[in-house]
Amino acid sequence: MAEQIVTGYKKWLENIGEQGVFFTRFVGNVFNGSFEWSEFVRQCYEIGYRSLMLVGITAFIMGMVLILQLRPSLLELGAESMLPRTLSISLIREIGPVITAIICAGKIASSIGAELGSMKVTEQIDAMEVSGANPIQYLVVTRILATSFMVPLLALTGDAIGLLGGYLALTFTDSISFSLYFHKCIAALDFTDFIPAFIKTIFFGFAIGFVGCYKGYHSDKGTESVGLAANSAVVTASLWIFVIDAIAVQITSLLFYR
Amino acid sequence: METFINNNGENGAMEDIVVEISHIKKAFGVNEVLKDISVCVKRSENVVVLGKSGQGKSVTIQCIVGLLTPDEGSVKVFGKEVSEMSDAELKDLRTKVGFLFQSGALYDSMTVRENLEFPLTRVLKIKDQKEIDKRVEEVLDGVGLLDAVDKLPCDLSGGMRKRVGLARTMIVKPEIMLYDEPTTGLDPITSREISELILHMQKRYKTTSIIITHDMECAKITADRVLIMNDGMYIAEGSFDELKNSEDIKIKAFFNETT
Repeated sequence: MAEQIVTGYKKWLENIGEQGVFFTRFVGNVFNGSFEWSEFVRQCYEIGYRSLMLVGITAFIMGMVLILQLRPSLLELGAESMLPRTLSISLIREIGPVITAIICAGKIASSIGAELGSMKVTEQIDAMEVSGANPIQYLVVTRILATSFMVPLLALTGDAIGLLGGYLALTFTDSISFSLYFHKCIAALDFTDFIPAFIKTIFFGFAIGFVGCYKGYHSDKGTESVGLAANSAVVTASLWIFVIDAIAVQITSLLFYR
Repeated sequence: METFINNNGENGAMEDIVVEISHIKKAFGVNEVLKDISVCVKRSENVVVLGKSGQGKSVTIQCIVGLLTPDEGSVKVFGKEVSEMSDAELKDLRTKVGFLFQSGALYDSMTVRENLEFPLTRVLKIKDQKEIDKRVEEVLDGVGLLDAVDKLPCDLSGGMRKRVGLARTMIVKPEIMLYDEPTTGLDPITSREISELILHMQKRYKTTSIIITHDMECAKITADRVLIMNDGMYIAEGSFDELKNSEDIKIKAFFNETT
């Protein structure tokens, strides 16, 4: 039993060490001066544009559901007019970024993990390495930077679509003009709502890209390991999103909402 | 000039030796794969390493390009110790040493043209599109696949993938070629074609080749010298015909088993 704990602990430490080395290689390659622009743009398209529909639909439904759930409670308090304000604050500060990041973890981290895992199994990464090309530069740096760049943009788009969903739900029961609804939503917000939320989505994007690349790049050789890499990438990236969110909320509260 | 190799790492003539492996050992956990391997390969020579699966043949050539590091012993390529090379030196070495993987290892999201252009633009940093097109055409012509230039790897047969893999490796004009089971998984006719292609490319580009295989036909066609590997050690060395006609019990047993 004690031996198993020691072995598990050793493996955990080894894993942390490997991630540290991988991070160092990533940082080293970001600044080595031969950036793969075309691959970066391709990844932005794959990660951003191809996830837009999924993020949009989810955000739209979330906006609708939030309004439908909030309405009875606020109605009870006689604060029905606060609905747009409540929705916009909860959506922009928390629900929009986190839901977008979780959707991206499921779609992007798994896809990166499976793609790189499959390249590892079929010796494509080894082939790149022995040819003298730099697989970290071509495969890892581009993907991590693309997720760090696109997830914040997806989150902003998701926020806007979520507000639209909220408006649609509100029109089921209340009569409110589109301009008044959006005026109320925007008036409730200031930069201390937008900026911290935007910054944390950059970290969400980084975590999704980093975990996906790490899991794929370090998968074992064998078909089963591709599935494991994809699965492990989703689970780990989702966990990291919540950890980063918890830290971000603490920092934001200390800085802005004391 | 004869270059002599045995498990004691003795080598007769040191001139023109491009790969020098002495007393390497490699284990994965408790599984000892290489148990004291020594070999020297001279320039423009075709050395075939014959052995059954799981004998450590692929591990040996992976040590040559620094994909694996031996637990003990020394691997020198062009006179330099591979394990002591800096990243820049290792990159430089890898532009001089081509490696054809068992599967071809084509980048499956790229067309044949993009696969061939990849080492030219990323490794040799060639910017001139005319020069790139000329090299792609030349090397594809060499492997007889000019028509497949815009196809994706998934649209190619196993033999065609190996040819494209060979073309991608040869396009940077390496001085040494390492072939990992080049004919595995192919039908006898295609295997023969690939073996003859290896010989043709070796003559055309004057490369030194180390070919890992368990295919006797491939060894017969391509080898200047054959090494037989068994249980992590070399048990015999000589020309293909010498070994095939050997009276040594171990060698006879090996040829009987593998044929």
